[in-house]
Amino acid sequence: MKGLPPVLITAIVLVAGFALCAMQFPNIASTRVVGNLLTDNAFLGIVATGMTFVIISGGIDLSVGSVIGFTTVFVALAIERWGVPPLVAFVAILALSAAFGAAMGAVIHVFDLPPFIVTLAGMFLARGASFLLSTESVPITAPVYSTVSDFALRMPGGGRLTAIAIIMLVIVIGGALLLHLTRFGANVYALGGSRVTASLMGVAVGKMTVKIYMLSSLLAGIAGIVFSFYTSAGYSLSAVGVELDSIAAVVIGGTLLTGGQGSVIGTFLGVLIQGMIQTYINFDGTLSSWWTKIATGVLLFAFIALQQGLVALARRPVTKSAGAAS
Amino acid sequence: MENSLDPALPLLEVRGISKSFGAVRALQEVDFTLRAGEIHALLGENGAGKSTLIKVVTGVFARDAGIVRISGEEIAPRSAKAALGAGIATVYQEVNLLPNLSVAQNLFLDRQPMRFGIVREGEMRRRAKALLADFDLDIDVAAPLGNYSVAIQHVTAIARAVDLSARVLILDEPTASLDRHEVEILFGIMRKLARRGIGIVFVSHFLDQVYEISDRITVLRNGRLVGERETASLPRLELIRMMLGRELAETTSARAATREHSAREVCASFENYGKAGYVAPFSLELRHGEVVGLAGLLGSGRTETARLVFGAERADRGQARVEGAAVRLQSPRDGVRHGFGYCPEERKTDGIVAELSVRENIVLALQAKRGLYLPLSRREQDEIARRYVKMLDIRPPDPERPVGLLSGGNQQKVLLARWLATSPRLLVLDEPTRGIDVGAHAEIIRLIRELCDDGLSLLVISSELDEIVTYSDRVVVLRDRAHIEELAGEAIDVGNILAAIAADSAAVALEAHT
Repeated sequence: MKGLPPVLITAIVLVAGFALCAMQFPNIASTRVVGNLLTDNAFLGIVATGMTFVIISGGIDLSVGSVIGFTTVFVALAIERWGVPPLVAFVAILALSAAFGAAMGAVIHVFDLPPFIVTLAGMFLARGASFLLSTESVPITAPVYSTVSDFALRMPGGGRLTAIAIIMLVIVIGGALLLHLTRFGANVYALGGSRVTASLMGVAVGKMTVKIYMLSSLLAGIAGIVFSFYTSAGYSLSAVGVELDSIAAVVIGGTLLTGGQGSVIGTFLGVLIQGMIQTYINFDGTLSSWWTKIATGVLLFAFIALQQGLVALARRPVTKSAGAAS
Repeated sequence: MENSLDPALPLLEVRGISKSFGAVRALQEVDFTLRAGEIHALLGENGAGKSTLIKVVTGVFARDAGIVRISGEEIAPRSAKAALGAGIATVYQEVNLLPNLSVAQNLFLDRQPMRFGIVREGEMRRRAKALLADFDLDIDVAAPLGNYSVAIQHVTAIARAVDLSARVLILDEPTASLDRHEVEILFGIMRKLARRGIGIVFVSHFLDQVYEISDRITVLRNGRLVGERETASLPRLELIRMMLGRELAETTSARAATREHSAREVCASFENYGKAGYVAPFSLELRHGEVVGLAGLLGSGRTETARLVFGAERADRGQARVEGAAVRLQSPRDGVRHGFGYCPEERKTDGIVAELSVRENIVLALQAKRGLYLPLSRREQDEIARRYVKMLDIRPPDPERPVGLLSGGNQQKVLLARWLATSPRLLVLDEPTRGIDVGAHAEIIRLIRELCDDGLSLLVISSELDEIVTYSDRVVVLRDRAHIEELAGEAIDVGNILAAIAADSAAVALEAHT
């Protein structure tokens, strides 16, 4: 391999950034802050894991933010208004979001449409549906919510590893295993390399597409439940723009937007970088929170430029020998 | 498996295959027979029908007529996957594997060794290693395939195909981007596989390689079977005649009286012009009112020469002159500025804009030459379009018709009109008569003659030697990306061109490859 793999560069940026922050605010380097960072970004980590699969396969999923919003409203209404037991509500919404993702994947494959358009439609659909359910914030008071919110593993140094942070870590690890160790994962990379070639080599491209978008929506549903735990409410305007945050995390994590390369671990590091920037701004106190977006934007530019550089470097010897026939 | 050992039955038998695309008959009653354990070269120029035949056999195209049998059993695959199931695997020039996956994953994609739902990475690598060792390849199978040379990627593709129990292996131009040493390795593997009883179809335009490796040769021309011969008893001249020429007697009459042109002024000249790894340096003079033909086999450097002359490719040595003045041709724009025009071979992809009307296509180059700030008025456009539709007899004579709806011959005329509208001094035509029906064919040739009578200088590439002989004042013969001979006057005939192409000196070629 030429130079550093992108994931390593992400890791270096994270460590260096964290060191810089800790130099200015020594308190940042505590398990308390790290625990909060994981809790605050739990839903983002979950949804970005799904996005990693989609982007490596050469697609994109713009609907995830809306699916999160819909999930919070659905869960809140089901528990508070319709009197459904929380667990049943969770299972129902997960089945619903998985079906939603499967439908998008099927449309993408059967009608050979760009994922961008199909999931854009999905984004409007899910967001619209959540407004249809309720336009106002619905607080959730079910006992299971306070139990889960109170639950936390004590870390040395006084930090709390909350339930939703644990869920996120489990999903990140599970996602990494699924991507790197299974046939499904290998096929995701194959699709991102070339759909035509993958299908010639025997990969069931249609089934894979359906499964990949199903996975992404399912994880968005889980992220929605986690988000409802985080805010103890359901609100149709929640998680607006999260699809873009998660795409940013995936790209910063070294996954190629054109597909074929990337890792879940990189995405997790990307989420942490975004969380770290936010934490820094909170500590500073004088900076507007919008600086998070500016810093993320700068980082995104840097990573995309870096990837293009790496891609160009990797392609050079190949193109030289091409183009022979008279 | 049982009957594949029966020596009486051919491994792959193709009988009376026909295939048409619209009005174009790509294959007409073609037969092809492959025995077990033989390496069989399938030869022909561009458009001869090689690719179509392969795609019909491998189920990519549906056939119109004919049968395909494998070990005596009739098959009708509907996809490449189905063909693979029947034991026919194809390895294309552009390797159809995934460069972003590891070598091992490429070999075992979708059939990896598993345990508890987890890919057994170690086991998979061991097997990949063992499989490649069979092909004398010892590489790190965990590294991405894209890190390796095209040669290794080819071997990987072949290994995958063979491991998928292929009995017929079709190699489509496998050596086009390999160097000499890599070709040797590939040939070693091909011989080894043939000894195991696998039948190999070898498509290549490198005749030296064909003679080196193949047992038998089948030649196609214009979608028809020309013949099937034993390689050992087929002289090279005879082979080239099968690929390019019709019967010699038929052609000699066609040549018109040579016109005397040496007195004419030089329009453009190229001295020691060339590009490393593209075309060996050549010197070429193009005079006003003269047609220079470029003859040679596919891959001999004809199109490359044309692209250098036009400026579509940058030369790295030599000097170009236009009307005696030294010029630099860095881009097609420079070419156009100096009054050059270029009608490429791939009309559909490189030439016409199918959705635009005849008028819009015709004024395209003229408008580009004038620049965007001097738009042609609609009246001027109409005037130009009408003039050329009439002059070149474009049918139907409707300037507003989208070009995509015209026949191939008329599309070619629109392309010609586009460049003529810029009043060029030199026009480069790459295979102007390819894919055009016979009537339009003669008309294009007549046009070529008329144009040069008007003082235009023409550089024409064609695989049809009869045609080149008919209209050329001089013929440059190319082989292995080098200009090897220039014929003029009485010396221009099909026999001489064939002899020049077939001449057995590889020394000239070396320069071009380094």
